[in-house]
Amino acid sequence: MKKAGRKTNDIILQTITKIVVFIIMIFSLYLFFAGHNAPGGGFIGGLMTSSAIVLLLIAYDVKTVKKILPVNYIMMTAVGLFIAVMTGVGSFIFGVPFLTHTFGHFHLPVLGDTELATAVLFDLGVYLVVIGVTMTIIQTIGETE
Amino acid sequence: MIVISKILIGYLILQGAILSLISSIGILRLPDVYTRNHAASKAATLGVISIMLGVFLYFWLIEGHVNTQVLLGIVFVFLTAPVAGHLISRAAYHTNTPLWKNSVQDELKQAKKGK
Repeated sequence: MKKAGRKTNDIILQTITKIVVFIIMIFSLYLFFAGHNAPGGGFIGGLMTSSAIVLLLIAYDVKTVKKILPVNYIMMTAVGLFIAVMTGVGSFIFGVPFLTHTFGHFHLPVLGDTELATAVLFDLGVYLVVIGVTMTIIQTIGETE
Repeated sequence: MIVISKILIGYLILQGAILSLISSIGILRLPDVYTRNHAASKAATLGVISIMLGVFLYFWLIEGHVNTQVLLGIVFVFLTAPVAGHLISRAAYHTNTPLWKNSVQDELKQAKKGK
């Protein structure tokens, strides 16, 4: 991770990072959504998204990345935990045990007949927690002198 | 059709494996960091790309399943492996790793001195 304000000519790394970050982000989102029926899921998707952010941190300095992605990662962890707990609590509304998940077929405008499961919401919580924790660890280590 | 595709796939996989072997022999036998890095980043990249293309064609032509992840992987390796080689070489140069003793020219040294 580079210190802010140091002059280096990393033009090749920075140019390729601009392209490659999008590939990694798209692949991590693919892994996140594919988790129900194929290898993947919230954990590996979150790790891959944070690896894309780490690549940005390597190519640019901490200040620039904070400007590109103004995210408070500790809040992100909290929001992820909240979502994961609320998917469990939400099952009480229907009078079923904690963390009971269900799914159904819906007709979406563009995608057609799609199977939507509430387990994806739990996975979204895991995804946010993994990104939040990984980025908190890396930024905390990177910022200490 | 199946026979042609099997020959093509076999050729691609074999080419990739042989290129990777050549690249590892190059890493063992070449004299300094820069030449070794040259062997590692070029031959191994083409080797891996050949193997992945063979895998893609196998699943496409024989199993009838188009796997875009492999294509994305080919693009990704093609983009990133040379950059990784460049960064390793640059880091080696800036930490004053010596060139091979029979090297004749070092223009970057003059450019760095002039700055």
